[in-house]
Amino acid sequence: MARSNKPMLWLPFAGGGLVAALVTPVLILITGVLVPLGVLHLRYETIAAFTHNPIGKVVLFGAVALPAWHAAHRLRMTAHDLGLGGGIAIKGACYGMAGLLILAAAGALIKM
Amino acid sequence: MSRRPYVRRVPRSWWLHKPRYVLYMIRELTSLFVGLYCALLVVGLVRLAQGQAAWDGFLAALSSPLGVAFQLVCLVFAIYHSVTWFALTPKAMPLVIKDQPVPGIVIVGAHYVVWAAVSIVVLIGAGI
Amino acid sequence: MSETIALEVLRYDPETDNEPYCQSYTVPYKEEWVLLDALNYIKDNLDATLSYRWSCRMAVCGSCGMMINNEPKLSCHTFLRDYRGGVIRVEPLDHFPIERDLVIVMDSFMDKLSSVKPYLIPKQEKPLSAGEYLQSPGELNVFHQYTQCINCLLCYAACPQCGLSGDFVGPAALALAHRYNLDSRDGGKDARAEVVASNEGIWECTFVGACSQVCPKQVDPAAAIQQTKISASVDWLKDLLRPGAHR
Repeated sequence: MARSNKPMLWLPFAGGGLVAALVTPVLILITGVLVPLGVLHLRYETIAAFTHNPIGKVVLFGAVALPAWHAAHRLRMTAHDLGLGGGIAIKGACYGMAGLLILAAAGALIKM
Repeated sequence: MSRRPYVRRVPRSWWLHKPRYVLYMIRELTSLFVGLYCALLVVGLVRLAQGQAAWDGFLAALSSPLGVAFQLVCLVFAIYHSVTWFALTPKAMPLVIKDQPVPGIVIVGAHYVVWAAVSIVVLIGAGI
Repeated sequence: MSETIALEVLRYDPETDNEPYCQSYTVPYKEEWVLLDALNYIKDNLDATLSYRWSCRMAVCGSCGMMINNEPKLSCHTFLRDYRGGVIRVEPLDHFPIERDLVIVMDSFMDKLSSVKPYLIPKQEKPLSAGEYLQSPGELNVFHQYTQCINCLLCYAACPQCGLSGDFVGPAALALAHRYNLDSRDGGKDARAEVVASNEGIWECTFVGACSQVCPKQVDPAAAIQQTKISASVDWLKDLLRPGAHR
C-alpha cells in the first residue's frame, strides 16, 4: 500500500464531469436540435472566427477535452465493474481513445 | 472444532440484482454518450480545420435523421449526468459558513442556476 | 391458530456441509417483533443449532447485521410487520466469508480498521502540564457524524466494490479515517494517507453511494470518501509542486 497517483487521472475526471454537466447538454441542444431545426446556423465564418481567437481555442478545447477524459476514466472504472477486467488493455483503450480525441481537437484548433 | 469459511462468489450480473445498482450503472453509462458526443465534436473541429465545404458537410450530417436520433439519445444521457452530478456535489464538497453547514439543496440549486446561466451564454454566443 | 410468518434462513455447518443450504421455519407473527425476536424464537423453540450474532437489540452495538430479503439490515432494527404476508429470506452479510449459519468472518475488516490508524495523532506532542485540548462546538460539528459508526458492516455488504475486490479498505474504515482527519486536535492525515490514499483505499470507490443508503446511523461514508478524494488530490498536487514541503 502506498499513496496512489490516481489524482493525476481523477482531477481531470472531476473537472470534466463538471464541464460535461454544465456545458455538454446545451451543446447537444445546439447541434442536435436547433441546427437541424434551422433555428441556429453555425456559419463557417462565425465559428472559424471564434477559433482564430486564442480564448476561443481554449474554450472549445476545454469543452471537448475535459468531458472526453471524464468519459474515458469513468468507462475504464465501469469496465471493471462489469467484469471486463482492469488491466493494461482496458486502460490503454480508454485513455488511449481520449488521448486521440484530445490530440485531434488540439491539432484542429491549432490549425485554425 | 474446524473452521472452513465458505466464500460466496459475486456474479458478473451483480448490478442487475437491485434497482439501486441498475441506476448506478445507467449513471455511469451516461459517460459513454458524453464521450461519443465529444468524438462527434472532435470530428466537427477537424472538419472546421478542413474548410468551409467540409464544415458544411458536417452540419448536414448533424441534421440527418441518424445524426439527430443519436444526438437526442446523447442529450437524454447528458441531462441525466448533470442531474446526478449536481445531486452528489454537496456530499463531495460540503460548505460550512461561520459554523453553519449550508443545506445541500442550496449547493445543488446554485449549480442549476450556473447551468442555466452558462447555457444561455452559449446559446447567445451561437447566435440565438 | 394465531398468525405466523415464514422465514427462509441460510444454513451452513463447516463441519458437515460442503455448501450453504436454505432451511424454512414458521414463527409466530407479532406486531411488535423484530427479526431478531423471530431468530431468538427459532433458537429457543425450534432449532437450537441456529447461529447468529446479536447483543444490544437496539441498533447501537452493530452485531446483528445480515441480508434480509437481499438488503443489508440489522435484525434488531427490522420489523416483521413490514414483511407481513410474505416470506423473509435471511442470509449472512454479503461480501464476507461465512463462518457458520448467519455468522460471517470479519477478520479482514478488523485489519482494515486498524490500518487507517483510528486514533488521535497530535500535530505536536504536548506534556500533561500543558493542559487539555480545547475544541469548540463548531469544530466538533465538523466531524461528529463520522463518529457515529457502529461497525455493523452493512456498508461493506452493500458496496459493489467490496464485492469485486477483497482488498478495498471499505466505507466504514475510510469514514473513520475521515473522522480523525477532520478532528481539530489531530495531525495524522499524512500518517493515514499511506493506506487511505492508496489504490485499495479511497481510489477503489466509484461513489455508488449504497453504503450511505444502508447505514443505520446516517454516517454517510460515501461523503467521507469523496471529501477524502478531494483532500488527497490537493495533497498530491502540493507534493508535485513542492515535494515534501507540506508535511
